[in-house]
Amino acid sequence: MIEKTAAELSQALSSGELSSTELTQSYLDRISRHNQELNAFITVCEESALEQAKVADEKRASGDKSPLLGIPLAHKDIFCTKGVITSCGSHMLEKFVAPYDATVVEKFKTAGAVMLGKTNMDEFAMGSSNETSFFGPVKNPWDLKRVPGGSSGGSAVAVAADLCVMATGTDTGGSIRQPAAFCGITGLKPSYGRVSRWGMIAFASSLDQAGTLSKSAEDAALMTNVMAGIDSKDSTSIDRPAEDYTATLNDSLDGLRIGIPKQHFAEGLSAEVEQAVREALKEYEQLGASITEVDLPNNHLSVSAYYVVAPAEASANLSRYDGVRYGHRCENPIDLEDMYKRTRSEGFGDEVKRRILVGTYALSAGYYDAYYRKAQKIRRLIKNDFIKAFEQVDVIVGPTSPHTAFELGSKTDPVTMYLEDIYTIAVNLAGLPGISIPAGFANGLPIGMHIIGKDFGEGKLLNVAHQFQQQTDWHKRKPNFEPED
Amino acid sequence: MEWESVIGLEVHVSLSTKSKLFSSTASAFGAQPNTQASIFDLALPGTLPVFNAEALRMAVRFGLAIGAEIGKRSVFDRKNYFYPDLPKGYQITQLDFPTVGKGSLSVTLEDGTEKVIGVTRAHIEENAGKSLHEEFNEFSGIDLNRAGEPLLEIVSEPEITNAQEAVAYLKKLHSIVRYLDISDAIMAQGSMRCDVNVSIRPKNTTELGTRTEIKNINSFRFVEKAIYSEIRRQQEVIEDGGKIVQETRRYDSNKDITTPMRSKEVANDYRYFPEPDLLPIVIDDEYIAGIRAELPELPDAKKERFSKEYNLNNYDAGVLTATREMAEYFEEVAKGCGDPKLAANWVTGDLSALLNKNDLDISDSSIQAERLGNLLSRILDDTISGRIAKMVFETMIDDDDSVDIIIAKKGLKQVTDSGAIEKLVDEVIANNPDQVQQLKEGKDQVIAFLVGQAMKLSQGKANPGQVNQLLREKIIP
Repeated sequence: MIEKTAAELSQALSSGELSSTELTQSYLDRISRHNQELNAFITVCEESALEQAKVADEKRASGDKSPLLGIPLAHKDIFCTKGVITSCGSHMLEKFVAPYDATVVEKFKTAGAVMLGKTNMDEFAMGSSNETSFFGPVKNPWDLKRVPGGSSGGSAVAVAADLCVMATGTDTGGSIRQPAAFCGITGLKPSYGRVSRWGMIAFASSLDQAGTLSKSAEDAALMTNVMAGIDSKDSTSIDRPAEDYTATLNDSLDGLRIGIPKQHFAEGLSAEVEQAVREALKEYEQLGASITEVDLPNNHLSVSAYYVVAPAEASANLSRYDGVRYGHRCENPIDLEDMYKRTRSEGFGDEVKRRILVGTYALSAGYYDAYYRKAQKIRRLIKNDFIKAFEQVDVIVGPTSPHTAFELGSKTDPVTMYLEDIYTIAVNLAGLPGISIPAGFANGLPIGMHIIGKDFGEGKLLNVAHQFQQQTDWHKRKPNFEPED
Repeated sequence: MEWESVIGLEVHVSLSTKSKLFSSTASAFGAQPNTQASIFDLALPGTLPVFNAEALRMAVRFGLAIGAEIGKRSVFDRKNYFYPDLPKGYQITQLDFPTVGKGSLSVTLEDGTEKVIGVTRAHIEENAGKSLHEEFNEFSGIDLNRAGEPLLEIVSEPEITNAQEAVAYLKKLHSIVRYLDISDAIMAQGSMRCDVNVSIRPKNTTELGTRTEIKNINSFRFVEKAIYSEIRRQQEVIEDGGKIVQETRRYDSNKDITTPMRSKEVANDYRYFPEPDLLPIVIDDEYIAGIRAELPELPDAKKERFSKEYNLNNYDAGVLTATREMAEYFEEVAKGCGDPKLAANWVTGDLSALLNKNDLDISDSSIQAERLGNLLSRILDDTISGRIAKMVFETMIDDDDSVDIIIAKKGLKQVTDSGAIEKLVDEVIANNPDQVQQLKEGKDQVIAFLVGQAMKLSQGKANPGQVNQLLREKIIP
């Protein structure tokens, strides 16, 4: 049963053939068996999970039919959880316990979901391979020598390896979609402002967005139903009426206009990935969709613009980790400057330091116009490219990543690593929703297909993804990482 | 060489909103350290700012009061620097798009002339916390109660030419923000603070000299002294062949000198960029009109009205409208007794002297406006003379009884009984034959002496008008 989707388990729970307590225990057992190897969880909340499961069972018994009631999930360790360590994958916050719940966490609590624990991630969400985590890399269950992608690598692996039903993630430049692609699962990044950022530790405020990692588009819809909505605690969350994302899942795709950006099928894309995505497009044509090429002429600027804007914002967002009020503080500082220097040198890893330095430089007097202001201009150009493309098409489809999961330790040059997100980053810069769904395999490794929607077009994206999953079973394939015993 | 100075002021006033600028924490003054600090004020990971619209209304009120352009779209920026009392490692402020743009205010100088001083801008920003370096033995204490309190930073044009003008400008600002009820503006408590930019140049030249900034001065008097001291220093440096270094200095009031701040205390690159956690604030004409409609009468308008309506001279009208409390007090006294001129004399005279002596604000006066009005009414209805009124006034300071009870208790009621007055007058005539003779011969000013004698005999209680009249009747045929 652990391999089932939330939608399926929800039915089993409401029919009484299964209890949340049994289900939760199964996942906890599986976590204790496999987490050491996969390193997907940083913290496992066995006791509180079973308590929550018990409460969920009681509520079910008294007639509560909330879809996610009693469903075990995991939160990326970037969401603050009251009373449970929130490390953000960093030595800096290794022992940090937030006195409050993130809005996302609170909403899942209210929905009755059971929190199994907190998942591993690149430090402060800075990375595309989960190798920058202070708690060590996460292993890809399809090949333990390979990375799961990042930064939400722990969440992706926890879902792919059936250590939980579903997990939350965050996506600043591809951090949900790329690990979803590498791990063969469904990963949705909603539009910027769709989900509250309150309690989600900031990396790059104007790009960060919470989203879902799940076994199907239907589950992503169930999760988004819980997560989406305006929050008075987040001024950038947007006031739009709540939608039922499950309601449109089965809309017909007849007449759907799909755009394929020529820039996403260009040099650097591996042949297997291209082939898988082109096959998938044929599937859509079968469903009545038409395919047209669209132009995103400024796409090649997106990685450069991103690596100015994101580090600039990060350099300020991470200033609060100064050893004064919480988190790591160096031992026996001789004065204030010594405390700042050693606290931050010890508390942050190399990638975080690199981005703080880049961001600080980009904002420095005399460089601001050349870097930050220019990057913001490029951002507008990129957004305009999408606006123009969406005049002709309903969704844009391409590969999520140029290739499948790479080997641990194989990418040592930061710039090569940054190019990992070449198809996903523009979506964050434009604030649009994007989803990655499994679309095939190459050498036993999953391939992700990327679907980009219009502003607040999550409903359409989920519909397009769900219809594909009704026709294919890529998303149902399971990795076989368990040693035979 | 003769020098002239160019001065610009940056004034921070704490806006008296109920809660902080970006969190719902209360922002009252004087609470126990760190009892008014929420998870946002502590900059816990994951927390976000939510703008307090009350601060915007207050800033717009100020902008309209000084005739400023109001920013229809204001943008918050992050100003980055590390300091333990700045929890986020950046201050949220407004750099390129402040809520209040160019405006001006007019000040009355000591010689009575008016001068208009330009205000470059006023922007909304959050305060930092407080670092306490004493009393913690090798450690520093941090109090974050103040962190995140809303400030309005008001930047003047460099149009101030001397220390007195600077103080007049500051007092005017103080008066305006208090009239508007947007700040207590108490310098001693830090709810109004001032940074002063000073440069000097040869008289009648136009090129600006290198300026220095004196930070965080916390009284009007120190602003004045700091400016004198800094101008003196700059003259000495230049006249000794030296050059002024652009730097930040502090004023040492004990030694009456300014000294440079350590460079570590002064960050040089704040790496400003737009605050991504907040959307720009967009307001429309209707919003501005709504605030304009609610503006109270401001000092300049009130002064003009006082001059006309109460027939006061320019000086009295200025003094009486310097603070809203003073103006309200005066108007209550004037209405209470019905004689604005008399009310003005008493409020600017005896009452102000009393307050100055005890270093009190008018709102703390032991004699409330209503009681002073009653006292003046008793002069006007001839119950007591002006001289007796001063005695009653002295008594009222420590005696809460009503004016009438005090007059009765002390037996100060004016004698108006004509029989009693006739007796007095007869006695005075009998005792002062020489003066009586002079009056008979037409030396009219002698009457004042004779009235004085009668008043003395009556211990001030006789009605001087009646005495005067009767004396004339009896002496001048």
